[in-house]
Amino acid sequence: MTTATIIQSLASGLLMGLLYGLVAVGLALIFGLMDVTNFAHGEFLMLAMYMTFFLFAFFAIDPLLAAPLVGAAMFVFGAVAYLLVVRFAMRAKANIGMVQIFTTFGLAILMRGLAQYFFTPDYRSINVSWLGGKTISLGGVFLPVPQLVGALVSLAAFGALYFFIKKTDFGRALEATREDAGAVALVGIDKNKVFALGWGLGGALVGLAGAVMAMFFYIYPDVGASFALIAYVTVALGGFGSVFGAFAGGIIVGLVEASTALILPPSLKSVGIYAVYLLVVFIRPRGLFGSI
Amino acid sequence: MLSVREVTTAYKGLVAISQVSIEVEKGEIVCVAGANGAGKSTLLKSIAGAERIRSGEVSFDGDRIDGTAQHLITARGIAYVPENRRLFPRLSVHDNLRLGSYLFRGKPDREQPLELVFSLFPRLKERLEQRAETLSGGEQQMLAIGRALMTRPRLLMLDEPSQGIMPKLVSEIFQSVKKIRDAGMTVLIVEQRMAECLEIADRAYILQTGRVLMQGKSAELMDNPDVRKAYLGL
Repeated sequence: MTTATIIQSLASGLLMGLLYGLVAVGLALIFGLMDVTNFAHGEFLMLAMYMTFFLFAFFAIDPLLAAPLVGAAMFVFGAVAYLLVVRFAMRAKANIGMVQIFTTFGLAILMRGLAQYFFTPDYRSINVSWLGGKTISLGGVFLPVPQLVGALVSLAAFGALYFFIKKTDFGRALEATREDAGAVALVGIDKNKVFALGWGLGGALVGLAGAVMAMFFYIYPDVGASFALIAYVTVALGGFGSVFGAFAGGIIVGLVEASTALILPPSLKSVGIYAVYLLVVFIRPRGLFGSI
Repeated sequence: MLSVREVTTAYKGLVAISQVSIEVEKGEIVCVAGANGAGKSTLLKSIAGAERIRSGEVSFDGDRIDGTAQHLITARGIAYVPENRRLFPRLSVHDNLRLGSYLFRGKPDREQPLELVFSLFPRLKERLEQRAETLSGGEQQMLAIGRALMTRPRLLMLDEPSQGIMPKLVSEIFQSVKKIRDAGMTVLIVEQRMAECLEIADRAYILQTGRVLMQGKSAELMDNPDVRKAYLGL
């Protein structure tokens, strides 16, 4: 193992990690806002990847151009999922936590089933895209261009999210609702609107991730499952509910995964992630940046 | 301006207020006094839309508002400061105040009430960047009232503003209520400390076990021998 291979691995791990962060941040956002874990998060990702695929297959729209469209469509999808499904689950009088888990889990199964029915279980891929297959050399380190662009999209999305939360009225409403959802009506804010906005943002962020990932991952109805698992680890690592935690957690997961692959056979590359996850759960259960 | 007619509200089957009627006219300070458990807080919650009423009517400026969602009642011009204040603890004083003007887009609508808040409670101006949870009890109460004023209410409802506050600040807060009225607002205040409350109020209602026991001008109630004996300890 030479220094060059290590740097090479860590560089691609970092790029992947930024994407993991983008996949996970919607989950963290929704959890922080209303203590609901969206078990259909992986299926949101799957849907976004299919949207990107079909835009490419039917309209020859490159994934890069499709990304904002898919993000916008997934914003609507997330908000509607809240308004039509999750909102009612939150009215449960007893055992509200369980009701929410089964509701979002049920949504996941429904989405997967519909995808298998309508999109078939076939593996799809976008074989010709503007960036597909291109690499770029930065100081001797070769980076795949789609992943590099994906990482940049992730950085831009995190930057925009930070600005949105810290500098806008809606962002302040989001923070206030996260503090005390029962108190926002005192200043005239409708908490249901804020929740719908949170789900919309969560959907849009995972939508952007899906559009980018459609460039270099196979697309099939179950594709969300493995990424969702990584997203839960990312969020638990970074601290449930923390947006910055998702960013840091994603990078850690990406780097750990790449380092593990250097030492262990590639088929065991996830072992390192779960080992680190267990370690964090034992030593610091609230996650690295969690505040609970 | 505000008219509560024969309102009954129950929690989990237990009647907290029964057939309560009160009126508040524009520009008044009205005090609702009574012991713990008399139903004072329930009355305010029923007006603010935080609690569903079982029967009766609440109207504001002639329109029925019972059954309206709580955030829409705020938007209509009724600001409500609940007993436990419900500030946003980890947000700054400034952000708490800014959230109060969430409904307004224009600069004047946001800045005018801020001037009023700072003139009433200059300490808040010194603590703008501090987290709300780091304030003392009295300062938190000032912030809660300040945030309510930022919604540019026509009617301000205060639930036990004296609770958990050192005595020196209690009178400061009661004095600020008078200034709020002088600034053109109407105030409905619920209190256990009847003496202080009657002193600033134009009229008062005395609530006992969920019913209106007595009502009248503050001065009359203060002179009433029964009230003096039972409530003012004189």
